[in-house]
Amino acid sequence: MTTIQRRLRVPATAVQGEVIEIRTLIAHPMETGLRHDEDGRPVPEHIIRRFVCHYDAEVVFSADWHPAVSAYPYLAFTTVATETGVITVAWHDDDGSVHTESATITVT
Amino acid sequence: VRRRDVLLAAGLAAALPLRSALADGERLRLLLAGLLGERAPREGRVVIDIPEVAENGATVPIEVTVASPMTEADHVRELHLLAERNPSPEVAVYRFTPRSGRAFVATRIRLAESQRVHALAIMSDGTPFAASREVQVTVNGCGG
Repeated sequence: MTTIQRRLRVPATAVQGEVIEIRTLIAHPMETGLRHDEDGRPVPEHIIRRFVCHYDAEVVFSADWHPAVSAYPYLAFTTVATETGVITVAWHDDDGSVHTESATITVT
Repeated sequence: VRRRDVLLAAGLAAALPLRSALADGERLRLLLAGLLGERAPREGRVVIDIPEVAENGATVPIEVTVASPMTEADHVRELHLLAERNPSPEVAVYRFTPRSGRAFVATRIRLAESQRVHALAIMSDGTPFAASREVQVTVNGCGG
């Protein structure tokens, strides 16, 4: 499996109860299945179908994506800083692979 | 202004029985019928920030915020982004929890041509709220 570059931006520290912004990016082509290659052959659909954000063990936000999400998908959303812990995001690829990235947040 | 836009602006559910006006939007109609059932979406609460003119339809920045206390008893459960004139109207569904803190997303989407982009929020009690914005696309975004 090839490693796809991805980014997760989470504030390193936050005050308990603060709403923090999480920014994510993955270098994925999000092939729509509507494109043709140089030889005129259709390029099969290949997208990230599902995005999930865990704060420690709990899902705090998730999304289902369709081909209309742009290539190199960027997604920003928020969560409440509840306690010091690990925020993990997972991109579920329709080739069966799951790309993940984690960051630790210190909550005071 | 196209007839379809007027109908959709008048309320997504209100447009549903008018099948002839949405003949080429059959998938959108079915999608909305599945999401809304008999309920008509209310106006307000949903704010879409998207450029009026998008030079490149392959990557159009969009931000959506839904006003909500985001408590266990009263929060936004789902937010659907729909592009009525794309080859397939579904763009994305975002699922929030009270721990989301806010019902906010920022992303980039593909728009195949100039069209109206819809955001449909479903609250935790099932109440739908909707908003839409017209976007002019200079270069189409589906590479088709």
